[in-house]
Formats: sequence, structure tokens, C-alpha cells
Amino acid sequence: MTDIPLLSLTIFLPLLGAVVILLIKEDKSSVDNIRKVALCTSIGVFLLSLLIWLQFDNSKAEYQFQEKIRWFSDFNFYYHIGIDGISLFMVILSTFLTSLCILASWESIKIRVKEYMLAFLFLETVMIGMFASVDILLFYIFFEAVLIPMYLIIGIWGGDRRIYASFKFFLYTLLGSVLMLIAIVVIYKLTNSMSIADLQGNYFSTNIQMYLWLAFFASFAVKIPMWPFHTWLPDAHVEAPTSGSVILAGVLLKMGGYGFIRFSLGMLPEASEFFAPLIMTLSIIAVVYTSLVAIAQTDIKKLIAYSSVAHMGLVTIGIFIVNSQGLEGAMIQMISHGVVSGALFLCVGVIYDRMHTREIKFYGGLVNRMPIYSTVFMIFMLGSVGLPGTSGFIGEFLIIVGSFKYSSIVVIGAASGIILSAVYMLYLYKRIIFGVINNEKLKDILDLNLREKIILIPLAIAVLLIGIFPNIFIEPMRLSLDLIISNYELVNGK
Amino acid sequence: MANNLLTIFLVPEVSLSILAICSLMYGLFSKKNAFIKTTNFATLSLLIVAVLIYFDFNTTFASFDNYFLNNSFTKFFKILTAIGAAASLVISKNYFIDSKINKFEIPTLLLFSTLGMMLMISAKDLMIMYLAIELQSLSLYVVAAIKRNSLESAESGVKYFVLGALSSGILLYGFSLVYGFTGQTSFEGIYQSLSQIDKLPIGLVFGLVFVLVGLAFKVSAVPFHMWTPDVYEGAPTSITAFFAIVPKLAATALIFRFCLEPFGNFDFEWTQVIFFLSVASMFLGAVAAIAQKNLKRLLAYSSIGHVGYVLIALVAANDQGIKSASIYMFIYLLMNIAFFSILLSLKKADVFVEKIDDLNGLSKSNPLISLSIAIIMLSMAGIPPFMGFFGKLYVFIAAVESQLYLLAILGVLASVVSAFYYLRIIKGMYFDEASHTESFEFIITNHAKIILTVVMFIITFFIFYPSLLTNIVVGISLN
Repeated sequence: MTDIPLLSLTIFLPLLGAVVILLIKEDKSSVDNIRKVALCTSIGVFLLSLLIWLQFDNSKAEYQFQEKIRWFSDFNFYYHIGIDGISLFMVILSTFLTSLCILASWESIKIRVKEYMLAFLFLETVMIGMFASVDILLFYIFFEAVLIPMYLIIGIWGGDRRIYASFKFFLYTLLGSVLMLIAIVVIYKLTNSMSIADLQGNYFSTNIQMYLWLAFFASFAVKIPMWPFHTWLPDAHVEAPTSGSVILAGVLLKMGGYGFIRFSLGMLPEASEFFAPLIMTLSIIAVVYTSLVAIAQTDIKKLIAYSSVAHMGLVTIGIFIVNSQGLEGAMIQMISHGVVSGALFLCVGVIYDRMHTREIKFYGGLVNRMPIYSTVFMIFMLGSVGLPGTSGFIGEFLIIVGSFKYSSIVVIGAASGIILSAVYMLYLYKRIIFGVINNEKLKDILDLNLREKIILIPLAIAVLLIGIFPNIFIEPMRLSLDLIISNYELVNGK
Repeated sequence: MANNLLTIFLVPEVSLSILAICSLMYGLFSKKNAFIKTTNFATLSLLIVAVLIYFDFNTTFASFDNYFLNNSFTKFFKILTAIGAAASLVISKNYFIDSKINKFEIPTLLLFSTLGMMLMISAKDLMIMYLAIELQSLSLYVVAAIKRNSLESAESGVKYFVLGALSSGILLYGFSLVYGFTGQTSFEGIYQSLSQIDKLPIGLVFGLVFVLVGLAFKVSAVPFHMWTPDVYEGAPTSITAFFAIVPKLAATALIFRFCLEPFGNFDFEWTQVIFFLSVASMFLGAVAAIAQKNLKRLLAYSSIGHVGYVLIALVAANDQGIKSASIYMFIYLLMNIAFFSILLSLKKADVFVEKIDDLNGLSKSNPLISLSIAIIMLSMAGIPPFMGFFGKLYVFIAAVESQLYLLAILGVLASVVSAFYYLRIIKGMYFDEASHTESFEFIITNHAKIILTVVMFIITFFIFYPSLLTNIVVGISLN
């Protein structure tokens, strides 16, 4: 451990960058400076988060890099942050995707660049802060504060129905998360503590656990999102600008899965055991139903949005079967989905920037004009399908192995989702990339430029890295997950 | 005794009444710029009074044969009242002059009204309570109608007067019933005589409910809120600012003290009433505001909603509830000062902004102002990390402490509904294009600018140092 508050620095560096941007006056000549400051800040934050990974001790299950400062004088609320195996990669995912997003919006965002960068840097602070919070109230504040920049990003820089989508996104997720506030206050009144670390265990009577679990479920099920609470997602994804979709799919959805692991499993094990069949049912419906819906989509972004719901269904299955394969699979699946779906949205952004449409029918035969694009797109497409060697395979495989211990019906549901994902992704790829160019407008479409290559190639490397060397990622999270599992099994007498 | 005669001037209420009379004289005898002079004088007087309250020179003397209460709770609310009144005078000075209602009576009347509010906060006897309420209301009736040549202003004044008089009548009837059944008018006396019985006689229940109805009029809780939107809309904005900021503080403090002091042992009787008032206010405030087009009307419904949240803390009927309500009112005060100081300075095409649509496209020309409005709106909606969230959090803590889970859940659900209309204002500023080509003008005096900056700073950065407020509030209780 060093004396430098590394984690706080990571959280608040984006805000510092935002202050610098605030001081730059926006005009034609300084727009590039604003972009550069934002990019440098986000890359700096990414490097800091890598430094945290480097110094991370894999042999510890508990929080590392802890900082604890008294926050409220009358209640036991602390500014208490820390990183453990579960949050480590979530933080890195956030910083990684944010830097790529800022680069990706270099040319596609032309109006109000200053406000855009401010919103993005604020969003980054909030995302990192949320994953790094050990104090539950702090977690909640970051969890809700995410809504503000995302609302603005969808509403200002979004598509035609952006206002409808931004309101739906904000109010829907707010409705879910406010119930969590009551649950948090109840937890505080019962235990007089707000520390996630201290409350891991079984501190509540069965009856109270049920209510608390439902309150947490309301917020995380909307966030992740589970069927039937997913309807905000396709709207938000389709209307958001490319980089907004990337962050939405890449990081914000993971807040739900992260919350399920931390709160539902970690603090409310009895209720989690009781409600697991409900989660399984909803997840299987989500996996099968949204996959079928995805096949029928005509808008590329909408298709990927529905595929996100299906993939998150697998994640919730993996979480609530509560064994080491299942949880590790769910974590890897979340990281993998963050990279893959983020990359897919960026790929859509590439052709959207050129043609300004996302209709599948419009495209076809892109391989003839854009060979590099087609190759990169294929890697991500296969990652989403779960081909061995890509990141998607590891997550899905582990989840399926884990669910055999739970019930074979769940396995059938999960596996059918994987098959269906191959159907809609390959079908999408075939329609966009293969064939001959029929559309006159596509005759002059250009392949990836340097900036786009710089964005997409790291993502492709990440997909393959997770797929080929999954242990690099599983090793740090194993002990933290085992702690939750052993507690869960102890409580439920397994 | 000589010592006492001198120190009597250090009693805040006494000095305020003297200063108010002086301000009247000053206005009468100054030939030029009477309005500006009296406004400055009144602001200064209020600040002096705030300092007097803070240092609290002679507490025992001030109790005037046990008619007045003086403790941490009343002190906190009285300081808020004085500061709120001073701030509302400063931020509305420009508006008064600009819309040619710069009459020197206004600051004087507002001083008298503030005096009434301070007495309300401290009142410990039904008679004093009634007189204080009337002093505060009568001054406000006049200022609501101060723009004589405007039909709307006159209408709002008359409406306010008629409904206010009705509520005073109900209140007085309630008092007479309470007096009839207990034989006492002082809070302590009522408490003593009630401590001998286990169940309130039906007549006393009626009396209690009548008094609560009268007080509900004053805090504008649903279903006694009808006057609020009309008065807010009809009165000149500068007067609306005062209405929104100050009288709510005093009325809230009074309703808390009336419920918790004389009827403290019978909370199961009045919590049912307050429970209903609270839920109805939160939901009506949230739902009715959705349809509004006028910013002042919207603010009126928003304030009704906020009253609902404060009343949650009253239903909780515990020590935490008193602290939570103090925090909530403090935050409410700051948010309103900030919002009105912008509203009173923002002009579009030479007319002060009043409609929600007028704000469309504001973020392009005045990014800093629209950012401030956005922060205030998010704060009012209770979205973290801004200050308003903590007010709601404290209220919910109090509710959960008294196991009022249903009320807390209803509260958060109403806050989601209300988030919609707060977001709509942000939508107008950021997502929509300006409908006209006229540009915005932001004219603000230096003093108002300082107030706005300080208040915005507190609202935005409160999260980094909440102990600033919680340290003060921790010592607040009714005993």
C-alpha cells in the first residue's frame, strides 16, 4: 500500500478534468483543446486504474486500497471506499470504455462539445465511485447520480425520439432505485452500520430479508434489466448517441449485476435462496424471449439492445445458482458483454457516421468495400455468440457448467439462449456484411480510418485476451467471490 | 430593573418591532428613493435581529410570563426566518423597482410579517399564537395585493384574504373548543390537564382537528392548499418569493410545536390527520404540477409537495423527526432562495420569465444560469448528489425510526412522479430550441449575485461537508 490515496485520485481525477474544461471558453478554435483535455484525463484515469490492478493483491478476499473518512457527524455514514475482486474489473471496464468513448465521439459529436465532455467526465467519476463504494449510502448516491449525465447525453445528443427515451430512462430507473433508498435506511436503523464489508453475512431475520430483497430487486432488476422490466432499454439504446449506448450497455447494466452479487447474495442470503426460482424463471424467459425478439429486429442498435437483455439473463442465472463456476462465469460474462456489446455499438456507430441510418435493409455487401471493418466486426460478433477463444465463450461455458449443479431445466434454457444468439448475430452479420452491394449509396463507403482502428483494435485484443487467458481475470476475483459463496452456503445449510 | 429595561432591547422580537416602526418612519420622511432606503434598512434590521437571536442575550427575560418559548428549535427556525426574509428582500429589490411597485410600505410590512412569524415560532399560548398568526397574515394580505392596478394581484390578495380569514375562523373555533375542554390556554397547562386522562373527549378531538385544519391552511397542505397556486401566480414574483421562502418556515415550526407540545401524549390522535395531509400533499403536489405551464404555479405545487415531506417527519413524532424537519426546511429555504433569485433577474424580450416555455433554449445563451437552474431542479427532485436529496434522506430516516414504512414508500413514489416536472424544466432548457429569437437578459444586483453564488455553492457541494449542517442540527430538540 502506498500513502497516495490512489482510489480517491482515480475517482476524482475526471472531475478535475471537468473543472479544467469548464474554464476553457468554447469556440471554433478551442473545441479541439476541450476534446484533448477530456481524452488525456480519461486516459490518465485508465492508467491509474491499471496501476490499481497491478498493485492488487490476489491473495486477499477483503477490500483493498481502503480509505475511510467520517462523513456525517450524526450518523455512521462514512466516505469509505475500497476495491475487491468483484469491483476491480468493473472499475477498469468503466475507465477503459470511457476513454474509448471520448475518442469515438471526436467527430460524431459536433454540437455542445464542452457540455458533452463535462457530462462524460462526470459520468466517469460517478461510475468509478459507485463500484468503489464500501459505504452503502455512498453507493446509493453514485448509483442515482448516474442518471443525471445519462439523461443529458440521451436528451441532448440523441436521435429523433430522444426526449421520450431520456424521460423513460430516467423515470423508470429512478422508480426502481428509490425503493432501495428505503431498504438502505431500514438496514441502517437495524444495524447502525452502512459498511458493505461489515454487513456481509446474515444479520437480518428471514422476514425482513424478504422485504429488503424485494426492494433491492426492484432497483437492480430494472437496471440490469430483467424481463419484464427491460422496456426502457431498447428505447434508450436506440436514441442515445453511439458513445452513450456504449457506456449504457458496457457499464450501467453491470451495476445491476454488481448489486445483485453485493447486496442480494452477500447480505440477504436466505431471501436470495428463497427467491432464486423466481430469478431463474424470469431469466430463462428473458434469454429465450428477447433472443427471439432480437431476430425480428430491423434496426441494428435495437437488435444489439435486445441481445444485451438476453446476455444479462445469463448473468442473473449465473449469479443466483451461487457456486464458484456460476459466479465466476457471471462476472466474466459481465466483463465480456461490456467489451463486446460496447464494441458492437461502436461498430454500428462507424457505419452510422457514414450513412446516417441503422436500418439493416440499407446495408449489405460491406465486405467488398470495408474488409478491415468486416474482420473486426466478426471478432465482436463471434464474441457475442460465444465462440471458443473469445471472451463470450468463457462466461457462457462457466455459467452452463455451474447451472448443471442447480437444475437441468435451467441448463436447457441457458443453452437455448446461446444457440439463439448465434442465430440472430450470424443472421445480422450475413445481412450487413456479406453479399453484393445493391445499394448505390454504399458504393463509396470508406473503410476504418486511423482513429476508428485505434478504438476498435484494443477492444478486439481485450475480447481475445479474456477468451484465451481467462485466468488473469478470474484469479483476482476468486477469493472475494468464494467469501460470498461460503457465507451463502453456511447460512442456507448446504 | 434598570438593567432589565436596557436589555429588553436585546430581545429579538422587541428590537424587531421597534426597527419595523423606525422603518415606517424612515420611509415616510425620506423624500427621495424611499423604497431603496427602507429596503436596505429592513434588510439590515433583519440581519441585526438574526445576530441577536444567535447570541441569545437574555433568554429567561424573553419568556414574558411563560408566553414565549425559547429553545434550540425556535432559535434555529427564527434565524432561518430572519435570514430568509432578508435574502428575499435583497433578491427582489431589482424586480420591485423594475415593475414599478417600489413602495416603501412593502419592506415595512414584510418586517411586521416577519415579526409575526417569529412570535408564531415562539408562541406558547393559544392567544399569543392566534395574535401572531394574524399579525403575519394581515401584513401578507396587503402585500399580495400591492400591485393595485393589476387585476391578478388584487384577485390574489382578495383570495388570500378570504381563505385566510376562513382558516383563522376555523382555527379560533378550534381554540375555543380546546379551551372549553381543558380550561387552559397555555401549552403547558393543556399538557398538564391532558396528562390526567387516557382518552381525548370527542369535543377535544374536534378542537384538535379544527386547529390542525387552520394550521394546514397556513402551511398549504392538501386539501387546504387551494389558495397557494392562485396567490403564487397572481402576486408579483418578488412577493411570491417571500411567500415561498419565509411563511412556510414559521407555519411548519408552529404545527410541529402545537402537535408535539400540548398534545404530545396523544400522538395517535393527530398522526392520523397529519398522515393523510402528508400523503395527499405529496401526491397532489406531484401530480397537479405536471399540467402547469406557469413557473410560479409549478413552484406552488412543488412547495405543496415539499410540505408533504416535512409532515412525514411530524408523523414520525420522534426526536429525529424534529431534526429532520429542521434540515428539510433549511434546504427548502436555500433551494427557493436560489431559484427565485434567478427568476427575479431573468428577462426574455424585456419581460420577466414566467412560463416554463420561456426557458426553452436558455442553455445556449446562458450556460451558467441554466446549469444553476438544472441543479436546483434536480435538488428539489431529491436526486443525489445535490442537497435536496439529504433533506429527503433525513425525513425517511425519521419515518423508518417510527416504523412508518408505508409512508416512506409512498413518499419515494411521489418523488418519482414529481421528478417528471422538474426534469421537464431541464428538458426545456437543454433539449428544446428557443421558440423566439429574442435573447435572454440576466440583470442582477451585486448583493443578489453574492447570495446566489453562495447558495448555489452550498447546494452543489453540500455532499462534501454535510457536517456543517448536521453539527448544528444535532443539538435541536423541543426540550
